[in-house]
Amino acid sequence: MTKLNDYDKAVETYEPVLGLETHIELDTNTKMFCGCSTVFGAEPNTQVCPVCLALPGALPVANRAAVEATIKIGLALNCHIAEWTRFARKNYFYPDMPKNFQTSQYEEPLCEEGYVDVVVEGREYRVEIERVHLEEDTGKTLHVGGATGRIHGATESLVDYNRAGIPLVEIVTKPVPGTGALAPEVARAYTAELRDIVRSLGVSDVRMEQGSLRCDVNLSLNLPGDGWGTRTETKNVNSLRSVERAVRYEVRRQSALLDAGERIFQETRHFQETTGETRAGRSKEEATDYRYFPEPDLAVMEPSRAWVEELRAGLPELPRKRRERLQASWSLGDKEMQSVVNADAVDLIESTVAAGATPSGAVKWWLGELSRRANENGDELGALQITPAQVAQLQGMVDDGRLNDKLARQVIDGVLAGEGDPADVAAKRGLEVVSDTGALEAAVEEAISANPAVADKIRGGTHAAAGVLIGAVMKATKGQADAGTVRQIILDKLS
Amino acid sequence: MSRIIDKTAAELSADIREGRLTSVEVTTAFLDRIDAVDGTIKAFLHVDREGALATAREVDADIAAGKETFAFAGVPIAIKDVVVTKGLPTTAASKILEGWIPPYDATISERIKAARMPILGKTNMDEFAMGSSTEYSAFQKTLNPWDTGRIPGGSGGGSAAAVAAKMAPVAIGTDTGGSIRQPGAVTGTFGAKPTYGSNSRYGLIAFSSSLDTPGPVARNALDAAILHEIISGYDPRDSTSIDAPVPPVVRAARAGANGDLAGVKLGVVKEFAEGSDAAEPGVIAAYEAAVEQLVKLGAEIVEVSCPSFTYALPTYYLIAPSEASSNLARYDGVRYGLRTGDDGEHSLEEVMSLTREAGFGPEVKRRIILGTYALSAGYVDAFYGKAQLVRTLIKQDFEKAFEQVDAIISPTTPFIAFEFGERMDDPYQMYLADLYTIPTNLYGGPAVSVPVGLSEGMPVGLQVMGPVMGDDVAYRVAAAYESTQDALLADTAPEPEPEGK
Repeated sequence: MTKLNDYDKAVETYEPVLGLETHIELDTNTKMFCGCSTVFGAEPNTQVCPVCLALPGALPVANRAAVEATIKIGLALNCHIAEWTRFARKNYFYPDMPKNFQTSQYEEPLCEEGYVDVVVEGREYRVEIERVHLEEDTGKTLHVGGATGRIHGATESLVDYNRAGIPLVEIVTKPVPGTGALAPEVARAYTAELRDIVRSLGVSDVRMEQGSLRCDVNLSLNLPGDGWGTRTETKNVNSLRSVERAVRYEVRRQSALLDAGERIFQETRHFQETTGETRAGRSKEEATDYRYFPEPDLAVMEPSRAWVEELRAGLPELPRKRRERLQASWSLGDKEMQSVVNADAVDLIESTVAAGATPSGAVKWWLGELSRRANENGDELGALQITPAQVAQLQGMVDDGRLNDKLARQVIDGVLAGEGDPADVAAKRGLEVVSDTGALEAAVEEAISANPAVADKIRGGTHAAAGVLIGAVMKATKGQADAGTVRQIILDKLS
Repeated sequence: MSRIIDKTAAELSADIREGRLTSVEVTTAFLDRIDAVDGTIKAFLHVDREGALATAREVDADIAAGKETFAFAGVPIAIKDVVVTKGLPTTAASKILEGWIPPYDATISERIKAARMPILGKTNMDEFAMGSSTEYSAFQKTLNPWDTGRIPGGSGGGSAAAVAAKMAPVAIGTDTGGSIRQPGAVTGTFGAKPTYGSNSRYGLIAFSSSLDTPGPVARNALDAAILHEIISGYDPRDSTSIDAPVPPVVRAARAGANGDLAGVKLGVVKEFAEGSDAAEPGVIAAYEAAVEQLVKLGAEIVEVSCPSFTYALPTYYLIAPSEASSNLARYDGVRYGLRTGDDGEHSLEEVMSLTREAGFGPEVKRRIILGTYALSAGYVDAFYGKAQLVRTLIKQDFEKAFEQVDAIISPTTPFIAFEFGERMDDPYQMYLADLYTIPTNLYGGPAVSVPVGLSEGMPVGLQVMGPVMGDDVAYRVAAAYESTQDALLADTAPEPEPEGK
């Protein structure tokens, strides 16, 4: 059993140093080095050609749109764009990699030396970017016949090359020291910011659940005043929440080893989505010598300064600017806005407001009831089966007095259960506030005649006693009456 | 000369266009010749009689219908088996690709088809174009028509022998370190390595990406030049392709045939003459006689110094194997070709490994190991990196030389065709065959080899090297030399003995 320290104790003793490598699939129409389609989810091996299958004699041609997208990412990350850059071959054997080398970049990446600022708990952290480079994705191997779907015990391995050759951008940070106990949150905030930046550029749909954004988390610990420790690289970290968990787990695991006087091995580990653990990969991988050398099949690229400046001028509003604008238009305080950002709810709230809700209503639902539900299930907010338009409709029904908060929560149950839009759910489940004053008046009359003493008190000017009659009416209407309306009817009748 | 197979491609083309011969007659003549002598010579790995005749019939129908046809339409051709041909087996003479039928055409295959040249078949070669004798073919030995106890050169021994034995009027070769020129020299045929990047590599099974260059094999300069123009030119599918007009090699070959080289300066490389691995005396004698002819035509001989050429051979044997070790990684039994050990007992890694063990021959393995070593961590700077620096120096030597001269000349290869097995035990002795041809590949410029005489009864070639995109100069000088001869050397080759004798 892996020994783990208590997290808080671990970060009291050790200082974590983070490093993040992020792969993002670009959503160009065609692959990195050939004309094949990149659409996700096609029948296996239908989006392939001599080039991406590495048939004898086939040659790559670089996709200009992918180069352009990478330069945009570099610019948005405040990078220097290389005047002279080229591809390199990373040589290793793997059956889902058709050429048995990956065309990537080595010593001359397209973009270098940038940064991203993120705010966590009111403090700003600068995450420095070492490089942004362009490469190609591999195919996917499916192991059939084993119990686990893993290679061990499988009787057959099937390879789908549809993904092979899809352009992939790799963004590598420099080591990030100084985050202390907030290392997991900073790692998450950086990944979220990166995702939002890339999304704002329109160069990738950045869907972590489809693997179009994948993270490798590097982490080391050191005692204050000591040099940096040995790092581990955790792969397979494929959601924002997992980024946070992976960092936290490694801090706990490594600190326990260090406390016991053991060494940390520089190794590749794999994140386990179900348990939140990281597990050591094959130690053989450490010995891999990729034998990088410049790709002789592709010409050197020299992006002209005019082109770079044209792309810079064409950059859209970046997330940080946009958040400042939205915060002002939503009239939120810094802390409240930070909560929105941390909950990854900016887009959701913006869409909800766009669908007609008031900003305060939208914030209320997403940060309140819906966040609570997401947390209960360990889901991201965006993964909830409710759309911003549905939230806007829900808030509209509340504003119109057709739902009260209690009924609205029941409506949310129905929407999340897939029963349709809020209006449908309310109708099907019979959850609307009773706004028929005739029916309400009858219920009030009934309550008055059942409670003559209370009625007298109210007639005598003790309005607070109305609560008893309201309670009776609510009970009679199964909570579907609007309390304010009931109170008004009672007071009208008894004064 | 009465036989169809004795005619040059240009003559055949004119005969077909002007109705004196049909393409079917011409194509049949060469197919019959293959039937008659290839059992002995073994130049072809695959013959496509039906495909070739189908193209020939189309051309004949067009001509009968009065449609316009272009250069070499209806003239048959042989293609080195390293060039991918849709629907025709393509193996690079390796067991690892045995039985593979390509689903696509190389750009030069497309251009040959667009030119309506009937494809006779695919020719033998050293496996993956690695070798200088064609002895490293996984399938068969090709014999030199001049002396069947001797090698036909390599790696393109099949294409050269096919043209020398008149089984094809022209052929396609590829040249990474001399694989068109050296076989040309030792079989008495004409071979041209065009400027790197002027002929598309798309669909050429890669050996060394930064060096591989497809080019023409023929009996004389004019035929080679016409074929050169058919296959050359920019190809957007090859990133290293040069987007510029093809040098006017046909015009140059015709101009050279006038025999006037007045004002042309030809460089001789001081370091070639001084080398300890200098050419055989008989080769030098034939070469010097050719130089005398060029001087008579008005050429001026200028000595140039190219000090880095001394390092060309080791430089080549670091760069080419490095690239090859990576280029050949794709042959793993997963997607096509040979698969060994897939019996449920072996892991995926083991199947890949067993496939490569069984599928590659000794020279290919030697070069993969050499290249893997040269690129490995801790050695890459000392080997691959240093070789790239020397390559730059070699380019600079050429550039400086071409400030003084129009072309550089040398023997094509230091020795005549050697006997089978003679250089199989010592790879370095084999590698020396390309001593004079390799510098041009490292530079990227054009060079041709033209037959200039015999030594010990075997052909000797003169190499003419031009500046990058100056292919026309090389053709002009070579054609001028041909004009001094009463007959093409290729026409004096002995008749191969039919099979079974």
